[in-house]
Amino acid sequence: MKRVVKLLQGNEACVEGALMAGVRFFGGYPITPSTEIAEGMARRLPTIGGRFIQMEDEIGSIASIIGASCAGVKSMTATSGPGFSLMQENIGYAYITETPTVIVNVQRGGPSTGLPTKVSQSDTMQAGHGTHGDYYAIALVPSSVQEVLHFTIKAVNLSERFRTPVILLLDEVMAHMREKVDIPNPDEIEIVERKRPTVPPDWYKHFALTATGVSAMASFGDGYRYNITGLIHDELGFPTAEPSEIVAMLDKLKQKIVKHAESICEFETNGMEDDPKVAILSYGIVARAAKQAVIIAREHRLKVGAIRPTAIWPLATDSLRKRLKNVRQLIVAELNQGQLINLMKQHIDQRHTEIIPLQRYDGEIISPGQIFNKIKEIKHHGSEI
Amino acid sequence: MADNSQKTDEPSLDKEKTKDDSDKESKGVSQAPLTIFYHWCKSCNICIAFCPQKVFEPDRDGKPIIAHPDSCTQCAFCWLHCPDLAIVSNEK
Amino acid sequence: MAQKSDMAQKSDVVHHYLRPKKKFPHVWCSGCGLGVILGSLIRSIDSLQMSKNDIVVCSGIGCSSRLPVYIDFNTLHTTHGRAIAFATGIKVAKPKLKVIVVTGDGDCLAIGGNHFIHACRRNIDITVILANNWIYGMTGGQFSPTTPTGSRGTTAPYGNLEQPFDPTSLAIAAGAAYVARSTVYHVNQLDKMIKGGLEKKGFSLVEIISNCHTYYGRLNREGDPVKMLQWQKKHAMPIEAARKLPPEKLEDKFITGVLHDVDKEEYCHRYDRLIRELANASRERS
Repeated sequence: MKRVVKLLQGNEACVEGALMAGVRFFGGYPITPSTEIAEGMARRLPTIGGRFIQMEDEIGSIASIIGASCAGVKSMTATSGPGFSLMQENIGYAYITETPTVIVNVQRGGPSTGLPTKVSQSDTMQAGHGTHGDYYAIALVPSSVQEVLHFTIKAVNLSERFRTPVILLLDEVMAHMREKVDIPNPDEIEIVERKRPTVPPDWYKHFALTATGVSAMASFGDGYRYNITGLIHDELGFPTAEPSEIVAMLDKLKQKIVKHAESICEFETNGMEDDPKVAILSYGIVARAAKQAVIIAREHRLKVGAIRPTAIWPLATDSLRKRLKNVRQLIVAELNQGQLINLMKQHIDQRHTEIIPLQRYDGEIISPGQIFNKIKEIKHHGSEI
Repeated sequence: MADNSQKTDEPSLDKEKTKDDSDKESKGVSQAPLTIFYHWCKSCNICIAFCPQKVFEPDRDGKPIIAHPDSCTQCAFCWLHCPDLAIVSNEK
Repeated sequence: MAQKSDMAQKSDVVHHYLRPKKKFPHVWCSGCGLGVILGSLIRSIDSLQMSKNDIVVCSGIGCSSRLPVYIDFNTLHTTHGRAIAFATGIKVAKPKLKVIVVTGDGDCLAIGGNHFIHACRRNIDITVILANNWIYGMTGGQFSPTTPTGSRGTTAPYGNLEQPFDPTSLAIAAGAAYVARSTVYHVNQLDKMIKGGLEKKGFSLVEIISNCHTYYGRLNREGDPVKMLQWQKKHAMPIEAARKLPPEKLEDKFITGVLHDVDKEEYCHRYDRLIRELANASRERS
């Protein structure tokens, strides 16, 4: 098979990935810096029998993609900070109704209108806890345009596998920069479809409690008629106020995500093989700079490593702790006033590992040189690297 | 495959939720022109007040008793306006 | 007598559509108009002779929103004000489904107003059943966008300072193809209005004046269900009759019947046309 290689913008790679994953409905609303995704979908979807709609606002956008998914069509939306905030209530609705769908959030400077054309990672916490109530999110964080394509496919697959909304967390640089992208052949990629019911309609429970924690899902029009509601509900989808049924439903929603944290959230490491005492933790675009900083440091005979998660939510904290067991000082590099660092302080034993902030929130990306200077600064303060 | 999940112990008039209509007929109190599902009726007085033939009279709980069955002309007003869907015509 | 037996036959058609596993009696107050709307909607759907599998009924939040759970279709109880946006996604994704939204004056016209006017503008084939009882019932009697000026609500203790708007003229101005109004008293007319809306290819609105005696009636001394239904009977004026009357005869009346009915291309039909055109164009190119 001929290799297809393209020079793509992050947003364009996202569209490619989504269509390969089987997305055939996009409901969106224009907002910098994600608009190119909507534009790509508007152009491409009708050529492959799919459907695009520009809704009147972001609340309508997320509502429409949940509706489309209920009708059996893989769906997606894309937005940025302000729109992501508007979508939160219905993200919670997709979570409690266990409706698969994908929400791309291209982070820009916040809060409020913030810095529409500038980069940031200041929606890190919102991606995991933006909606009200106990909520366990999946939020993937790619670190290259090639990965944007693959993580979009992974986001769609995870939403179908676990019957839940999945956030794809990009940022303005990742969305707009162009890189060489190797377009995989359809037969090279795994496409996941939601589990269909194997019982006749009369026996079907849209929210059945199962061993795997994921219920089979029939679509509207399939011959299975059932009720979906945002109220806490029983297995049939009827509202319930029975304490035991409430706990069963909420535990089901939590466990099906948390139990699979290790498979959803993997780690890429650079320079960790020889157990460096100093490491840099970051994600997304900053992880690129960290990788480069490790190379520079090693050239200066400074034994340093870098580690980045492929998902922020759920964070595979056990696996992370194992990987950091020899690390005495962890630099947490992020484009905000400190969010990822709070997760580290929560999950890493600070008596064993000092957690050092490296934050930038002036609209520019953290450069490799800036990370390297922080490494030298630590060394200057007497740590043996 | 009715799921009789009524938790309270209802009197025998309790409306069995089954797909089989004939069963429904026997459970309701069938008096000539109409069948009334008293378990569903919330005594709103609409049928009693509006029945053009004054067929109904309220019982102690305000629920409609078919006091004058012969006056009923099957005009359909009562079951079209019953908010509880608790009235069904027996006319075949 | 055939006409009667047909009517008699209709009396228990409703019960064929109620969900066997859902606990009855329903949740609404004694005498609430929503029960009448439930029966009317079912009879109208039944007249379409469509498979239950192809009917989707959505709702938002409010007393009206508790209707779909009782009926044996694909039912979606969504978030406050957003039912129409959810319904849009369903309809566009799978146009063969008949999509109906049951909503209330607060749900549809306050928080949901933006989605309402844009669905009208798009002329998407959705039928909106708007139960208008001039009050927020579920949350205990606050005034709504249709509460008459001067009327009381728990959040308008001195009388509503605002002007209500008329959802039917709003829908017509925004581009809806079919707009009708009826009441929970004029049930035969209501059945026809809903049936007309369901059969319409395009956006259809059926506004239904309903009674909330528990809050609106009590707070405004308009009495019990019977009195409120009598008010509806006295103040409704079918559009056919209204056309023949001078304005002063219509002062304390509201108009019922089909208020607007035009034919124009429906949104999904236009989108399907685009898909076909693009497919033809690509075939010609290859």
